[in-house]
Amino acid sequence: MRLGFNFWLGATLTALVILAGVLAHWIAPFDPVLDADLMNSELPPDATFWFGTDAQGRDVYTRILYGAQISLTVGIVSQVINSLIGITLGMTAGYWGGWWDDLVNGLTNVMLAIPSLIFALAVMAVLGPGLPSLLIALGLTNWSWTCRIARSSTLSLKSQGYVQAAQTLGYGDLRIMFTQILPNMMGPILVMATLGMGSAVLSEAALSFLGLGIQPPFPSWGSMLTDARQLIQLAPWVAIFPGLAIFLSVLGFNLLGDGLRDSLDPHMRTRKP
Amino acid sequence: MTQPLLQVDDLHVRFPIAGGGLLGTGKRMLHAVNGISFSLAKGECLSIVGESGCGKSTTALSILGLQEPTEGAIRYRGQPLNGPGAPGRMQRAKAVQMVFQDPYASLNPRQSVRTSLAAPLRLHGITAASEIEGRIEAMLKNVGLTPEQAKRYPHEFSGGQRQRIGIARALILEPEIVVLDEPVSALDVSIRAQIINLLLDLQEKLGLSYIMISHDLSVVEHMSDRVLVMFFGEVVEEGGWRQIFEAPTHPYTRRLIAAIPDPDVALKPVGRQDERAEMPLLAGRRFVSDGRASPDVFTPPAPSELVEIGANHKVRLAMA
Amino acid sequence: MTAPLLDIRDLRLGVAAGRTVTHPLLKGVSFQIMPGEAYGLVGESGSGKSVTSLAVMGLLKKPLAVSGGEILFKGQNLLSLPKREMRRLRGNRITMIFQEPMTALNPLSTVGRQIAEMFVLHQGKSWDEAHKLAVEALANVRVPNPERRAKNFPHQMSGGLRQRVMIAMALACNPDLLIADEPTTALDVTVQAEVLRLIKELCAARGTAVLFISHDLGVIASICQRVGVMYGGCLVEENETRALFDNPRHDYTRGLLGALPRLGSRSEHGRQRLVDIDSIIADRSKLTETRFIAPRVVEGGQL
Repeated sequence: MRLGFNFWLGATLTALVILAGVLAHWIAPFDPVLDADLMNSELPPDATFWFGTDAQGRDVYTRILYGAQISLTVGIVSQVINSLIGITLGMTAGYWGGWWDDLVNGLTNVMLAIPSLIFALAVMAVLGPGLPSLLIALGLTNWSWTCRIARSSTLSLKSQGYVQAAQTLGYGDLRIMFTQILPNMMGPILVMATLGMGSAVLSEAALSFLGLGIQPPFPSWGSMLTDARQLIQLAPWVAIFPGLAIFLSVLGFNLLGDGLRDSLDPHMRTRKP
Repeated sequence: MTQPLLQVDDLHVRFPIAGGGLLGTGKRMLHAVNGISFSLAKGECLSIVGESGCGKSTTALSILGLQEPTEGAIRYRGQPLNGPGAPGRMQRAKAVQMVFQDPYASLNPRQSVRTSLAAPLRLHGITAASEIEGRIEAMLKNVGLTPEQAKRYPHEFSGGQRQRIGIARALILEPEIVVLDEPVSALDVSIRAQIINLLLDLQEKLGLSYIMISHDLSVVEHMSDRVLVMFFGEVVEEGGWRQIFEAPTHPYTRRLIAAIPDPDVALKPVGRQDERAEMPLLAGRRFVSDGRASPDVFTPPAPSELVEIGANHKVRLAMA
Repeated sequence: MTAPLLDIRDLRLGVAAGRTVTHPLLKGVSFQIMPGEAYGLVGESGSGKSVTSLAVMGLLKKPLAVSGGEILFKGQNLLSLPKREMRRLRGNRITMIFQEPMTALNPLSTVGRQIAEMFVLHQGKSWDEAHKLAVEALANVRVPNPERRAKNFPHQMSGGLRQRVMIAMALACNPDLLIADEPTTALDVTVQAEVLRLIKELCAARGTAVLFISHDLGVIASICQRVGVMYGGCLVEENETRALFDNPRHDYTRGLLGALPRLGSRSEHGRQRLVDIDSIIADRSKLTETRFIAPRVVEGGQL
């Protein structure tokens, strides 16, 4: 399998985000919340405060490192929830067909017709702000594409000889789905999940920016942007660095997903002699 | 008379085809199989031949339980295999298994040979590791592979070896009947002979009964004891292999045999039956179809019956 | 003495990596096709029979590249021909039909228009005239109701009809050479028989030479006068069809013929075990070391 430049760029960016999040506790020079010092507020980047400080005098670099934790958690957890819902509905709909398929299809189409951010907003409105409700809201919004892919993969895999063989060997439906179908469609699902992480990070930023996501003083890239709103002319670095972090991490997830897709797509694979 | 191993009585399979009508309400019925009856004796190889769309695969799927018949009965050793009182997948699995046409699509790419063979054994209550290993080893030897190859994955094997694995999987539960769906047509010529020889050896060694679905009449002549010729959902001729190949009677059977691109026939056209020759009426009765025009698959076929014209040799004629 | 129509000399090709060729797929293949002759190339998957035809058509796709030899068509080396002139030959003097006609036909255009296009493109006919010729061409390949069928789209036709349309397109400009790459493999046997008869009769009537590629010895036997057997990128045996079947000399050919169940042989001799090719060939890698190329016998002596 040959992986292109885009894949490696994506993988590097993603790895940086993961490292930042995992190692934040050890590599961050300050505490993201407690080290507020109004004496140091709105300082431009220098040797001590690499990315400058915000209105409360907190180190922007530190807060971005910790913000990576939030973004990663949101990206991974929401995509795990998305994939679980999408796979379960899509695979069973494709395998059993009939009224269940019609129902799932209808539900998928309804979900696709609702703008995902509006849906997430509605869920947040019911559950209230905070990380857990953010995770639930984003987990419930983006499963429809995964569901569609799972369903169509199941439909094509169902007619493969080995699935029919499993039926004649006495396998039950659930066993067939888990041992014969699921492992063979994980490729495209993984691609969807990786691409979905990018959009989840964006949604988190948007929801936090609207004040519905992560509540201050805890740092998330979205809420950091909210705080920076009034300072954009006085201290542009407060807005630029979280914006850059969002941009680079979303770019990373997307490039990684594209790269994975290309390597898994048989049409894109270079033919072996 | 001893009870046949498998008995199929008046099997009908119809598929609803959506379409027609503004709301897709005008459903039409596609008549895929129209009243097939046959029996299979222990140790016999029965071939069902015909071209695409003739219903041979649908018939096979019905026997395997992958397609519920619309009408008719399938009995295994006298016990019903379909309808009320039909056994579950687990019991059926020990009666009938299948070897698939395409060796590249018939093995799960994510499962090693050992997993493919061990999982059905475990499912059927064989849990002792030593017994599972022993049976896998014996089965791999049976199909001409080595036990060391068990840990490999399908992509590491050639087409012929994959087909051997497919045969091993079909036989691992020790079924009495094996459905062979075009077992060699996807293989290279030189590999075909090996697989045909293997199937014949296994049949003799294990006392297997085969139902072979094929369009390749050279292979059918070589392997079969009896042959059913199907044309658009109906059996048009049925008989022992000698009767079908030495005295083909129905125009469609003759057409099929004449169409075989056999080097000997092509190069020595002497004695080749002219398929265009007008068929005389048989005992004053006519054939329903000459096997040329495609009948309408959405209407039930015209009434006709299989008439015995020799010992166990039947041919379909229009009602007198 | 007539000159060969197609003269392939020591053709070598493989997967190109930069300037060198790794993985040779053809290791020096030579054969000739006379005008009007039907020549068969038989071999299993990976033998190199299909890449040979693609090389003649100039349709090799990267990373495949010719690394040596000549393909002389009417004395002209196709390998050194400018692309423009190669395009002019293709579809006009040399044409090709494939296993799956659906991939070669444009799904958005009627078959009549697609055939007519050949006349417009290669013979400079007007569209009106070309449409009439297209209907005629459909009638020639025995498509029933040619006027009505000309208005059909490819998906409205059966596989057998589509293959007839392909043949009509391929023979539209009376080419000198028709390359047929497994044209009947995807068809039912009775349809296959009809299509084979059609190719045979039409090409014989027009004096079109045929390079017929197949894995099926029976199909080759029913259409070709001479046969080349390919294995591992080499032509291991070549002879007149009858002589090749009656007296195969190469181990591989013998293995192939023995591996085939023959119609009627069970009636005559009882069921005999088919030859396992690996039992008569000790070492497959040595197969290409021996070659049996029978001299072409023409009136008045050898060529």
